[in-house]
Order: sequence, then structure tokens, then C-alpha cells
Amino acid sequence: MKKTIFGALLSGTALAASGALAADVTLNIESWRTDDLTLWQDKIIPAFEAANPGIKLNFNPTAPAEYNAVLNSKLEAGSAGDLITCRPFDASLALYDAGHLADLGDADGMSNFSDVAKSAWQSDDGSASFCVPMASVIHGFIYNKDAFAEVGVEVPTTEAEFFAALEAFKADGSYIPMAMGTNDQWEAATMGYNNIGPNYWKGEEGRRALIAGEQKLTDEQWVAPYATLAKWGAYLGDGYEAQTYPDSQNLFTLGRAAIYPAGSWEIAGFNTQADFEMGAFKPPVMNAGDTCYISDHTDIGIGMNAKSANPEAAKAFLNWVASPEFAAIFGNALPGFFPLSNTPVELNDPLAKEFVSWRGECESTIRSTYQILSRGTPNLENDTWGASVAAIKGTETPEALGAKLQAGLASWYAPQQ
Amino acid sequence: MQKRRFPWHIIVFLAPAVLVYTAVMIFPLFNTLRLALYSRVDQERIYVGMQNFQTLFLDPIWSEQFWNALGNNFWFFIIHMLVQNPIGIVLAAILSHPRLRFAALYRSAIFIPTILSFVIVGFAWKLILSPIWGIAPSMLDAVGLKSLFAPWLGKEEYALTTLALISVWQFVGIPMMLIYAALLSIPEEVLEAGEIDGITGMSAFLKIKLPLILPSIGIISILTFVGNFNAFDLIYASQGALAGPDFSTDILGTFMYRTFFGFQLQLGDPHMGSAIASAMFVIILIGVCIYLFGIQTRMRRYQM
Repeated sequence: MKKTIFGALLSGTALAASGALAADVTLNIESWRTDDLTLWQDKIIPAFEAANPGIKLNFNPTAPAEYNAVLNSKLEAGSAGDLITCRPFDASLALYDAGHLADLGDADGMSNFSDVAKSAWQSDDGSASFCVPMASVIHGFIYNKDAFAEVGVEVPTTEAEFFAALEAFKADGSYIPMAMGTNDQWEAATMGYNNIGPNYWKGEEGRRALIAGEQKLTDEQWVAPYATLAKWGAYLGDGYEAQTYPDSQNLFTLGRAAIYPAGSWEIAGFNTQADFEMGAFKPPVMNAGDTCYISDHTDIGIGMNAKSANPEAAKAFLNWVASPEFAAIFGNALPGFFPLSNTPVELNDPLAKEFVSWRGECESTIRSTYQILSRGTPNLENDTWGASVAAIKGTETPEALGAKLQAGLASWYAPQQ
Repeated sequence: MQKRRFPWHIIVFLAPAVLVYTAVMIFPLFNTLRLALYSRVDQERIYVGMQNFQTLFLDPIWSEQFWNALGNNFWFFIIHMLVQNPIGIVLAAILSHPRLRFAALYRSAIFIPTILSFVIVGFAWKLILSPIWGIAPSMLDAVGLKSLFAPWLGKEEYALTTLALISVWQFVGIPMMLIYAALLSIPEEVLEAGEIDGITGMSAFLKIKLPLILPSIGIISILTFVGNFNAFDLIYASQGALAGPDFSTDILGTFMYRTFFGFQLQLGDPHMGSAIASAMFVIILIGVCIYLFGIQTRMRRYQM
């Protein structure tokens, strides 16, 4: 008797389970954007599920620092989700080469993107695309408008004006001129070197020449940004050596610092934290009227796990991500992550608008170390972190740093040998 | 004459522990050693023999990092041996004093950090020492010593020592408890006999108690050694995988993690990572062997 009841129960649950399967497909999304959890749950997922009955989404983020390691282990073990948020360049390319990411070249939505937008998620020869570009981030400086008005400083456009502004804040003494620390290292490279650098190496021109082996990291245009960073040290807060990234964010949003070397991803957080008016200015150029270059870095894409059990549903979702509808939701919900699709998206946030307006005035490029050049050991990106910190602290000369980076790159990268 | 039955019960009782231990410790250990002998070339795993170790020790890019990490690891260990263990012994000696009041309170208070998570300890100390929000600068300021303050965790020359001292703060309870237990097990008669011979106070500690707790000190030293050379968590939690500033706090654990799992744009290399893990294993094995065969066998033991 007991057995039959148990059997009935068992078949009952089995039926229920298969019933649910027939009705709904659940797609799991792997991501490092823990910050976006509410955005996905409140806006993106409901919008998609309303348009696509029968497909359910489950957004499953991992902490950013662990994401790559966790994702690789999950993919090796076969337990990764159907949709995979793609880091730009080699991390995702390696996943594609290992057969973990499916080729999306034939998906309809991919025609909505320019070649530059797709370049971060393509094989080196450009024949295969494996992630739908979601967003890019733009570098620049965010400043405290109240502080600028109070101390009477004009928004700088040239480097001389930039340092004059810093000097004015230092002399005034009521604000820390610039909020950045070197404890976490990456800010120095990402918001320092790769923020101001494109103006020196002329954006894409220099970046491509470096990849082709026509320029070297010891050349003037690659060393000079370190010399400029070396002048930053004097204008950072007391004990900046142990100041972490959240420390810098808090210093600025509490109104204690005047300028914050930024990536546009800060906008959403700063809008909620800061109670003063903020503005943004682009990396200063050498002489007034010079062509400006900005780092408009392709940052997030999304692709499909090649071993996904629901490839059709996953493709439907990716096509939706490629649509203007998604771009509008994403671009406005996350001001500072700028959609890459060809259809222009109207943004509401004034600070985000300011950043994105530079796309029209300046030449766009991406971070110099991300494509191809960080493939070997020693890793150029990680070395650039250390070098930028050393430049700011003044522990090594810009020339020595350039020579060290060049030696490291040349040790494995054939075009530079 | 009855034939002795095969002692099945021994096998049955041993089986769970042996199976679990083999599955979670012995197998992964040997698999890691095996993994170190392979490399991945064009998505294909191939046997390369000792080549990974050659790279690790002979290629300047790798060997420089390895020796830096090993050197830092020794410094980390030396600080623990010089600071943690003597303080632990002194605390235990004070605690075991029969006339000390609130001994249980002190004992718990000093031991509590040991059970805290590394993440909490790392985060709390980072806040305490923060030049912006920390209480360390304002406390020093209150006693007029503000000039002594430096952003310790951000300076190449101080960061590792600072972290080692944080770790000492966290773990000083362990040697204290072990020595405390050893001190309590010394019979009263021995001490009384010494007292009759005129040995009291400090000399009683040095001449009677210390020789009797020497085996415990040996055990603590080897536990410290193994613990320090396997350390990773505190550095990772407070300085990140790049063990900044400028790799000055990089120890073997963080070096292994960075290599094995990758970091930022650097992709993980399980094979080189395993080679580093194997080197760590050998270093710890050598250290333990020196202790077991060189020191412990010569140590005098007293019947109590």
C-alpha cells in the first residue's frame, strides 16, 4: 500500500515537472553585473517575458572579481547557464575557441551593429561573431560643479588648464583636487593611463600601430602619459597609496573632492549618492583646438553557451537584446553604459548625455591593452596597472616604465620583436 | 586451536574516513601533481614532463615572481615566529597564573579573532588603517603622534609586515591555547619540588615549565609554518589577487591563484598553476621533514 502511494506521488511530481517544461523554457544568464540585479528583475526580464511568452529568464550574477574564474570552471564542468555575459576580447575569444560560445554570425540582430562595436567579440580575422554587443563605457572626468563655482575654476579643456585647475584647488585647500587612490591599482591604469592616453597616441591610429608592431611602448606617445600621471600624485588626497576604489568614490560623492577621473559606469551610482550638481569634461588635449580622442570602450556583450539545451529560446533572447527596444531600456536604466546599436537611443540623464555627446566631437578608440596585446605572459594589462601606479607614486621614471613594458611585450609578441 | 578470524571490523571502521580522505585530499593532491606535467597547446592537453617547472624556475618572467613570492612568504613566516609565538607563550604563562582574575574572559577575548573570517578581519583592519576614514590616524593624532602614521597598506616597504601583523593579531590565540593547555598539564608536585629547592617565579618558568612545554612549541612552529606557506585568504581579501602595491605582498598562495584561475585579462593556466602548487607542496614537505627528523627526534621528553 505504502509503495503504491509513493509511486503515485513520484509519478505525480514527474508529471508536474514535465508539464512545467513543456510550458516554459527557463534560460539562465551568467553575468558579473551584480549591480544590475534589480534592473534585470524589474525591467529587462518582465519586458522580454511579456513579448516572448513561454521563455523565462533567470539572471544569475557572480561577483566581478570572481566571474572569469567561476565561469570557466562552470563551462568546463558543463553547469554554466544558457546565456553568457561576455567580457570583451580575449577572455571571450578563448571561450569561443574552446567551443563554449556559439557563433552568432548568422543571427538577424547582428546587422544592427557597426564593425567597431562587434570587434570586441570576433575572431581575429573577423569571420565569426560570438556575442551581441550590449554596451560601451566612455572615459573622462566627472567634476563637482559647486566646487568649481566656489573656488572659481573654469572647466579645463587643455592640459595646462587642467593642471592649473588642480593647482587652484590645492591652493584653496577646501577640496581634495582629485579623488583617486592607487591601492587597487586598476584605477590608475583604467581611469589614468587609458583615460588620458588616447590624446597622446591618437586613438585607433596608435593602438593599431602598436598591434602591428609599427610603434613601441618606448615611443614618446606611449611614455608621455606616464610623465603626465607622475604629476597627478601631488594632487591626490593624503595617503592615496592606501586609498581604495570605494574610498575614492565616497570622497567624491561626499563632496570632499573636486575632480574624479571616471568611467561613465559611475554615473548611476553617483547620481544617487551625490547631492551636488555634477558635470563632466573629456580628457584634456595638449593645445586648444587639437583633435580629441576618447576611450569609448566596448565593455559588455552577451552570447550563447554552445551546449545550451534551449538554443532556440536563447537565440530569441539574443535577437531581442540586439533590438532598439532593449537598447532603450538598457541605456536609460543604466546611464553610463551606452548602447552600441546603430539606431540612436535618446538618453534622459544629463551627465550621460554629456559623455555620449563626445562621440560626435572626438575620435573613439578602445583601451590600448585589451585587444590581442594581453594574450601572453607577462600580461600587458596587469603590467600597465603596476606601471601606472609606479608613475603616480614616482617610484620609477616614465622611460624606465616604458622600457619594462616593451621588454615584457616583446618577450612573447612576435610583431614587437 | 581456533583459527583467527580476519579482522573485518577494522576495515569497516576505517573505510569511511579513508574513503572520504582519499576522495577530498589524496586524489586531488596527486591529480594536481599530475596536472603540473601537462600543458595545453591549441585546445589539446599534452604531456610536457618537467617543462612547466623549467619555465617556473628558469624563465626570468616566472622565476622572478616565484622567488619574490617565496621571499615574501618567508618574511611572513618569520614575523609570525618572532611575534605571534612568543606573545602566545607569554599570554599563556600569564593566563595560567593561579591568582589572575578574569582569566576566562581574557582567554575568550584573545581567542575570538581566530574564529573570525579572513574577509571580516581583512576588511576591518583595512578600515582601521584607512588614511581617510580609519581610526588609526585619529588615534595617533590624539596622542600627538600623527607624524608616525603612514598609509601602511599602500606602501611597498610596509604592506607585507602590516599584513603579517594583522594575521598575528588574528591567530595569536592558537599558540596561546596550546601552550596554556600544556602548562596546565604540568603536575603541581614538580613545581612544589622546585619551590622547595628555591626555584620560584621567573626561574621556575624558564627552568621547569619551558622545557616541559618545548614539544608543544615545536608543534606550534610547524603548524605556523604550514599555515603561513598555505596562506592566501588575508592577502587576497585585503590586497586583491595582484597582491599590491607592486607585488610587495605577493605570497605563493596568491601567485598560485592568479596563475591557476587567471586575473582580469590574464587567462587562467591550470597547468602552470599546478606547477606552483606542487612547488608549494614540496617546500612545505621539506619544512615538515626537517622538523620531524631534524628536531622532533632530538627533542627531550620528560615523563610527568
